[in-house]
Amino acid sequence: MTKLLEMKNLNVRFKGKRTVHAINDVSLSMDQGETLALLGESGSGKSVTLKTLLGLLPPKRSQIDGSIHVNGVDIMSLRGRALQRYRGGEVSMVFQEPALALDPVYTIGHQIAESVMRHKGVDKANAMSTALDMLDRVRIPSANRRLHNYPHELSGGMRQRVMIALALACRPRLLLADEPTTALDATVQIQILLLLRELQKEFGMGVIFVTHDIGVAVEISERVAVMYAGQIIEEGTTHEIIRDARHPYTQGLLAANLHDVARGERLSAIPGAPPALEARPDSCPFAPRCPVAMPECRADLPPMLAPGDRRRVACLRAAQPIAAE
Amino acid sequence: MLSYLIRRILLVLPVAFGVSVICFLLVQIAPGDPLTAIMAIDATAEEQAAMRAAYGLDKPLPIQYAIWIGNLVQGDMGKSIATGRPVAAEVFGAVKNSLLLAVSAAVIAFPIGIFLGFLAGYFRDTWIDRAVTALSITGVSVPNYWLGIVLVIIFSVNLSWLPSMGAGPGGSQSWAWDWAHIRHLVLPAVTLAVVPIGIVSRTVRALAGDILSQDFVDALYAKGMSRADVLRHVARNAAATALSVMGLQLGYLLGGSILIETVFNWPGSGFLLSNAIFQRDLPLLQGTILILALFFVAMNLIVDVVQAAIDPRIQRT
Ligand SMILES: Nc1ncnc2c1ncn2[C@@H]1O[C@H](COP(=O)(O)OP(=O)(O)O)[C@@H](O)[C@H]1O
Ligand code: SF4
Ligand SMILES: [Mg+2]
Repeated sequence: MTKLLEMKNLNVRFKGKRTVHAINDVSLSMDQGETLALLGESGSGKSVTLKTLLGLLPPKRSQIDGSIHVNGVDIMSLRGRALQRYRGGEVSMVFQEPALALDPVYTIGHQIAESVMRHKGVDKANAMSTALDMLDRVRIPSANRRLHNYPHELSGGMRQRVMIALALACRPRLLLADEPTTALDATVQIQILLLLRELQKEFGMGVIFVTHDIGVAVEISERVAVMYAGQIIEEGTTHEIIRDARHPYTQGLLAANLHDVARGERLSAIPGAPPALEARPDSCPFAPRCPVAMPECRADLPPMLAPGDRRRVACLRAAQPIAAE
Repeated sequence: MLSYLIRRILLVLPVAFGVSVICFLLVQIAPGDPLTAIMAIDATAEEQAAMRAAYGLDKPLPIQYAIWIGNLVQGDMGKSIATGRPVAAEVFGAVKNSLLLAVSAAVIAFPIGIFLGFLAGYFRDTWIDRAVTALSITGVSVPNYWLGIVLVIIFSVNLSWLPSMGAGPGGSQSWAWDWAHIRHLVLPAVTLAVVPIGIVSRTVRALAGDILSQDFVDALYAKGMSRADVLRHVARNAAATALSVMGLQLGYLLGGSILIETVFNWPGSGFLLSNAIFQRDLPLLQGTILILALFFVAMNLIVDVVQAAIDPRIQRT
């Protein structure tokens, strides 16, 4: 079976007043129907990775290298109609702020129907009934009435349900969810997570779930990829990551999570801040914050080790047993 | 929507009342006696008193106001002191001509302003944006009476392509949509259009730039919309604000064309106003200002209602 996603050596650099090396040599692969959490603190390049996947980066200011294949198709070469068919048809996205991601002056029914009309080539009435069906599936009460509401007439949680309905209306093979619960209240967050999990089972699409919350990551996904400074520094099944995290950064995240630090502050529980990405990292980017750093860590980029099947760690110490702190 | 409309109209009434009081008091606070202009220099005290009584100026102010308003609602705005003709006829004839000029200027200015603004907003921070910005700032800053005179020198005096004076063969009272008349409209309308081109393009640029930088634009592309679809969404988002700016511009065009109408001898309300000022023709001045002010109030009302009708975010209850 063709891989759902095959991303090889992706590099993204933003030019402008300040150069930002946002993504540095990221490779990722996903099987059909797989759920992957992309975990990392703010600025680690999660959103840029997703935007690159949909070709949404500003073309003039960004330089993209590497290759991305979705279901075997080289998506970097897509243009025009083919690109439009791919976006929203093959791969779709749920954004972080549902309040900002919906057009304020169109009804939500119209916004879902618009996408359905484009991808399925059906008329407005048919598209509206699909929209209604989708609102039902994301468990929006009295969907028939809600169809004609404007985004500002809904609560945050309802708006995110609408975004999910919109993203899934054309049955994509891959759903990108960019911190879909970060902007919501805690109780609503859980509802949305449960909904996404149910819909994933129902529709069987692959999901990349971006989060900065390791608790959420292990809750929702089968696999976890940890991002730091525009690199993937560790990847494995959720089980492997919880039981046997090898990278000091991942270990720090887990420790902070276990020690019951207040929600939302978990990642800052590791002292220090990620590096500015004005230059491409040429040593371990985590070294300034790493409790077990060695002189060699500052000399060169640590090699990517593969301690198991689809298991990777980019840390010099991962090869040897780590002394517990 | 209907209750919003009614409430909005009711809110206009106090404003209209205030406007009428100010217009009425204008005559009272204007220095000098309005009657000196028409009275014989050697008029006796009795003659002066008789004249005063004839114009109702001997009664207390509130009574004078009541009489004035009473006449006003019957369409009687008094007589012009200078010409003796009814003020209502003078003002409405002039306002009609001004409206013709203002609407023509708007028809030229708004599409150009929208187009340039959209272009600048879409290509923000490129040379296109900078060119449009330079153009619109120039348009807003150049004194338009000066521009009018320059255009007259070029197109009327040097090239003899277009006339520079008046509203055409029929004079101030008869307008017709033929070239003999329209050619008189060209220069003043173009001159008048320059400022609103600048203002509308600045507004639309800011709106388009702002809307295009919002997340939902990414979301539209992410669901497979084409560039044309996205621009349609942007236009719909910008419509309410853009229309209200244009509505107010139309108001300014009508009231603010005094200098242009004077430069081109255009028989409109601005021209009438400047005549009324120089001839100290207070009833005429009063009537003209009142009608222009009420037009502005009405324009504001229309703008608000249209905005509420097309923008779902505005509370309509
Ligand atoms: N359009 C852009 N232009 C310039 N820099 C950008 C742009 N988008 C993102 N970046 C930079 O790229 C880095 C990664 O950002 P992002 O992917 O949004 O992080 P996150 O992991 O929080 O989603 C940040 O340093 C950010 O400032
Ligand atoms: S490579 Fe060195 S500095 Fe980097 S995480 Fe591993 S031990 Fe720490
Ligand atoms: Mg992000």
